[in-house]
Amino acid sequence: MVAESLIISAVLFAIGVVGVLIRRNAIIIFMCVELMLNAVNLSFIALSRLYGITGQVFVLFVMTVAAAEAAVGLAIIISIFRHHESVDLQNINILKG
Amino acid sequence: MTFFYQFFFYLFALIAVASALAFVTRKSPVAAALWLVNTMFSLAVLYIMLGAQFIGIIQILVYAGAIMVVFLFVVMLLNLGHPLAGGDLRRSGVRALGGLLGLGLLAELLVLGRQKLPALIPTPPIQANVVNSIAAPLFNEYLLAFEVTSVLLLAAIVGAVVLAKRRV
Repeated sequence: MVAESLIISAVLFAIGVVGVLIRRNAIIIFMCVELMLNAVNLSFIALSRLYGITGQVFVLFVMTVAAAEAAVGLAIIISIFRHHESVDLQNINILKG
Repeated sequence: MTFFYQFFFYLFALIAVASALAFVTRKSPVAAALWLVNTMFSLAVLYIMLGAQFIGIIQILVYAGAIMVVFLFVVMLLNLGHPLAGGDLRRSGVRALGGLLGLGLLAELLVLGRQKLPALIPTPPIQANVVNSIAAPLFNEYLLAFEVTSVLLLAAIVGAVVLAKRRV
């Protein structure tokens, strides 16, 4: 079941990457990042069947970082929304040359 | 026994991938978030079937229960429940490029995953104290990382409050 899990993980990660590349809604792009983190967690857990429990400890740390990232990222989205009245990434182009 | 194990493993793998596809293609952020919750629940089942019971429960509690609620809370707070005006996808050229890049990445990952895996280490029989096996390395080998995590969480809390405050 480990090889199958790695394939599922690769598919989920690729779906997340495509979502980040093609969507314009900042909140959905954030959720795609969470999906990619979940895919990596699945790899860690599948490989912890082969290399010992350390993979599961790593998943705990990844989840902590994901929670912190979600909190800060959503706060950034809220403050961007206050300035632009929009979360459409095509309207947020101050840094564009 | 193994037939049922394989059947449910593939079933929940299929649900996870199908929900992820539905999640990426939904227009409304609320529908997308609910499909993502579905993916996370199926992934929790996969974790439990792979022998990580504690992580599976934590997945449901933290991801489906906390992180996604924060996402939905922000959607509600900013009144973003409707699709963006003018469609939610980028231009068709960017879409095609993104799809190609995604396919290329998937091919790379699949090729990487084809290398020979070592044999399974024997899993200990499921016991009452599932948490012990993960707590022992967490509080011995990785104690420093565990403590640093608390600083990270504190920084994230302070950062989120400062960023989301109306007037600094």
